[in-house]
Amino acid sequence: MNAFDDLYQEIVLDHYRSPRNKARLDDVPESMVHENPSCGDSIKLEVVVNDDGKLQGVRFDGRGCAISTASASLMTEKLKGLTVVEARAYAEQFIRSLRGDAPVEALDDMGDLAAFKGVAQFPVRVKCATLAWHALLLSLPKAGVPKAAEAAPGTPRGLDGR
Amino acid sequence: MGARTVEDVREDFPILDRTVHGRPLAYLDNAATSQKPRAVLDAIRVYYERGNANVHRALHALGEEATAAFEQNRGKVQRFLNASSKREIVFTRGTTEAINLVASAWGDRFLKKGDVVLVTDMEHHSNLVPWQLACARKGCTLAFIPLMPDGQLDLAAAEREWTDRVRLVALTHVSNVLGTVNDVKAITAIAHARGAVVLVDGAQSVPHFRVDVADIGCDFLAFSGHKMCGPMGIGILYGREQLLEQMPPWMGGGEMISAVWREKSTWNELPYKFEAGTPNVEGAIGLGAAIDYLHGLEFPAIEAWEAELTRYALGRLSEIPALTIYGAAPRRGAVISFNLGAIHAHDIAQYLDKEGIAVRAGHHCAQPLMRLLDVPGTARASFSFYNTFSEIDRLHDALLGAAEFYA
Repeated sequence: MNAFDDLYQEIVLDHYRSPRNKARLDDVPESMVHENPSCGDSIKLEVVVNDDGKLQGVRFDGRGCAISTASASLMTEKLKGLTVVEARAYAEQFIRSLRGDAPVEALDDMGDLAAFKGVAQFPVRVKCATLAWHALLLSLPKAGVPKAAEAAPGTPRGLDGR
Repeated sequence: MGARTVEDVREDFPILDRTVHGRPLAYLDNAATSQKPRAVLDAIRVYYERGNANVHRALHALGEEATAAFEQNRGKVQRFLNASSKREIVFTRGTTEAINLVASAWGDRFLKKGDVVLVTDMEHHSNLVPWQLACARKGCTLAFIPLMPDGQLDLAAAEREWTDRVRLVALTHVSNVLGTVNDVKAITAIAHARGAVVLVDGAQSVPHFRVDVADIGCDFLAFSGHKMCGPMGIGILYGREQLLEQMPPWMGGGEMISAVWREKSTWNELPYKFEAGTPNVEGAIGLGAAIDYLHGLEFPAIEAWEAELTRYALGRLSEIPALTIYGAAPRRGAVISFNLGAIHAHDIAQYLDKEGIAVRAGHHCAQPLMRLLDVPGTARASFSFYNTFSEIDRLHDALLGAAEFYA
């Protein structure tokens, strides 16, 4: 498989063409929008946590490339049923593996997310694949706190406040 | 070009015969940086093999030769721009450093609280952020010349809203996104009539057509060597001598001084006052070789070929369904920004790369303009005199492939 096909694997294209759990999230405040300034992508998440501290559902809204859209879509599927602590660890593992701070083979143990192994060959695209996961780290309630507590503020906004 | 065919000219550029992912390279990212002809590479190599020494210091043959070569290239730049004196030619690291120099040194001397710096809605970050910083330091405000729907500056609106507090107008000669060629001569006349000085960002103009500072009448012009077949890390600030004289130094160090005591120093004459530290001699020599090379091709021929390429590309890209081109100014440079349906620009660029075609994708260091266009980014093909019609055909075909792949 060449590098391009490695990057745009069938499962990635499938999630890009038919993103799961993508919705208009007009109620999520603008301050929670997470952006990749280098490509203008933006994403916001809605994270619903059960009384027992487990993620009941994650939905996303935003605009991005095929890689970032597919990564967000796959992420929403992966997180369901994890505790907040587990979800945080999962996100950190994913980000570390793509950034080269941990062996990329770690993605083999993450099911469909192994499809993003090819991204590691494209340093510029690592930001695309990890955008949703950074947004998740911002949106998750503080570790151990049940319910969707107030999360950390988003990244600073542009000059015109958009 | 002159009497030469494009195929012949391409032979001058060693990189153009390489392949990328098994396809011949089609390099369409010239607005980011140009490729280098052998004449420039050889000039740099010969300098290091036969003439390397520090300049303006050594009392030995190599030092004198290096100094002579460095200063000779300053003269070449002066004649190239039709500046009136070598004292008006400051070597910098590039366009960005040249603009920062003016924003700092001119800004410190001439900007006062409440003054206005006028820029445009199509500026590259390098001609916006330095002015944001200067305005913050001096308590000034930024104002923007708006754009008309076709991507030209709305000069009538600018004139209506012009106040007597406008001290400086900083604008690009050619938009790196829309391709618009601004009438900097007319804007300079307006600004001068109202007592403002003018800085022209020539990064996207100087490589493509003759830029004559005497004709334009601008006070400052900044450009980079690497976009005009020269090496990276060298650029030029042209400044009117009378203004440069009044500006304090920017960076301190060797070369920029006349005499140094423990507590104070006096400054060297122009242009050395603004050239602290060992300069990029290799860069100056490479830039001089690039100017000679472009002169050899003849600018009218370069301009004509690039205009033909651009016209052809606009036609071919317009054939593609769902493709949007940004900017429709009647006078435009060899830059075409576009989007293809809802496909993200990065995905387009990645697909084109697979086909051996290099374009840029993203916000092109013009985020405020992207917000005006209401897009996260665009893909951008930008041409040089060594590009061919068949490369544009490949771009067209690959875009059809991308449309299908991401559908």
